[in-house]
Amino acid sequence: MDTYKGVTVFGEITEGKLSSITRDLLGGGRTLADQLHEELSCLLFGHEVSGVAPEAIAYGADTVYVVEDAHLKDYQTDTYTPAVAEILKKILPRILLFGQNDIGRDLAPRLAFRLRTGLSTDCIDLNIDPESKLLQQTRPVYGGNALTTVMCQTLPQMATVRRKTMSSLVRDDTRKGTIITFTVIINPSTVRTKIVNRVKQESPGIKLEDAPVIVSGGRGIGGLDGFKLLEELAKLLRGAVGATRPPCDSGWVPATMQIGLTGKVVTPELYFAIAISGASQHLAGCFGAKTIVAINRDPEANIFNVAHFGAVGDWKQILPSFIEKVKEFGSK
Amino acid sequence: MIVCCKQILDPEAPPASFKIDSSTHTVIPPPGFPPVISPFDLNAVEAALRIKDTLGGKITVLSLGNNLLSEVVKKPLSMGADELILLEDEAFGGGDSWSTAYALAMAIKKIGTYDIIFCGRQAADWDSGQVGPGIAELLEIPSITLAKDVDVVDGKARVGRALDDWYEVIETQLPALITVSNELGEPRYPTMKGIMAATKKQPVRWKPADIGLEPAKTGAAGRWTRIVKLFQPVREAKCEIVSGDSADELGANLATKLREAKVFKF
Repeated sequence: MDTYKGVTVFGEITEGKLSSITRDLLGGGRTLADQLHEELSCLLFGHEVSGVAPEAIAYGADTVYVVEDAHLKDYQTDTYTPAVAEILKKILPRILLFGQNDIGRDLAPRLAFRLRTGLSTDCIDLNIDPESKLLQQTRPVYGGNALTTVMCQTLPQMATVRRKTMSSLVRDDTRKGTIITFTVIINPSTVRTKIVNRVKQESPGIKLEDAPVIVSGGRGIGGLDGFKLLEELAKLLRGAVGATRPPCDSGWVPATMQIGLTGKVVTPELYFAIAISGASQHLAGCFGAKTIVAINRDPEANIFNVAHFGAVGDWKQILPSFIEKVKEFGSK
Repeated sequence: MIVCCKQILDPEAPPASFKIDSSTHTVIPPPGFPPVISPFDLNAVEAALRIKDTLGGKITVLSLGNNLLSEVVKKPLSMGADELILLEDEAFGGGDSWSTAYALAMAIKKIGTYDIIFCGRQAADWDSGQVGPGIAELLEIPSITLAKDVDVVDGKARVGRALDDWYEVIETQLPALITVSNELGEPRYPTMKGIMAATKKQPVRWKPADIGLEPAKTGAAGRWTRIVKLFQPVREAKCEIVSGDSADELGANLATKLREAKVFKF
């Protein structure tokens, strides 16, 4: 067992740079590695990715393992699972971290079963148990109604981590680290799947994850027309519009606007929950907002248990005068 | 086609009714809210039914658990599935993603031949999302997660995936395992005829020994992870409710209040 050492982060690259989730994981992983007095490493898989390796060191990694292959250009379960498993068998990390996103959700479980080890998905808190030195993994369950802390009996201890629950270190380009390049042999005949089409779903305006203000609507908005008023407020505050699951499922707004456990996790300064009852599924995606403002007809709605400011009534009647007043403040 | 369906506590039950027994790390079923099939699993049933609508085929539903209620686990049958296999035994209790996926994979091996295994993207209770890919790994077949549409063309499946910022279409050889997301669309309602047919169907029941499961790999004994605690988060309920004599005034007062609290950038 002692041959397993260190903390390893599965790194991702967005538009030629280290993804924000990877930077955050390196920040959180650094703390865990320091507690264990062990190394922090970062895996970078892809096509022409070695240029990003120094960035991973600047954000906290001691070692970066680079694996480049044209077959790894776009993520696919069938190419990445054997390639990552092969490298992990060489570096034997004690702890292995992924982001809880499209790739983490897909790759981490498959890899855990291949390596015959336990995995906790969607963790919001990771700690080293002082006695056993094992990783304590805390994650929301039952749509956020409860939290559970789990420990894994096998190595590596694997976790996927929810966005914005760890924070990145300040970039330090003077940090020293080692870059190690590995090659893997990917036999195309073992790949049983093929990417037929891949299109970026661009929603207009500010990205939800980056928006400082989000105006979200629920089932009670009633349709596309209702969302236009929400958009007006969002524009006024230079924010973005979000939604709970029902408006997305009903096709009033695109699915990429969904905030919640199975949608996006956001942490804006200001979050408006309009005609949102406050189902745990949704709150899982927005409870990190600094200020939550709720407008709901039902004074007993669960959203008022988490909101900082609230107004009880019909949003259709409240919102227009609210918008007028905000405009008035803005113009002064 | 095989669809894995899990009976869970109703996730739509009001949060106030949610109680846990922290000594046993279990959730106490809320009175008045009967269990349901995990909603994502019903999306998976719908995905299978759409293929059956156009190409035909047989749909076998597999449910693992304890205290399974006939009216709950038979819902996929009433929607149009053909056969129901129940893995119900005390020994299956207390499992984690590992032991659950292992039991389901062993049951699927006993079923023998299949083209597609469908699972929900995650169970709406423990929200792990591991069992689907886990089954695929144990059966050594391709897995495609987060499907929003599935078509079968020329002996291959074409799967549209609902990703954070991308729409991706993957083609896969069969057999394959596909996990389905809510973006696939609402599952159909059972018809009267479907409900009548489901009532008459007797589920097949398999015990751990029937699928060749060793006791050490079953349920709680087969866990790879250990639950240290289960607890309810403490939420500070300090919502300041703004009032007003009319809705107009209320809206204006709310804006004034937010400005006083300095939440606006201007």
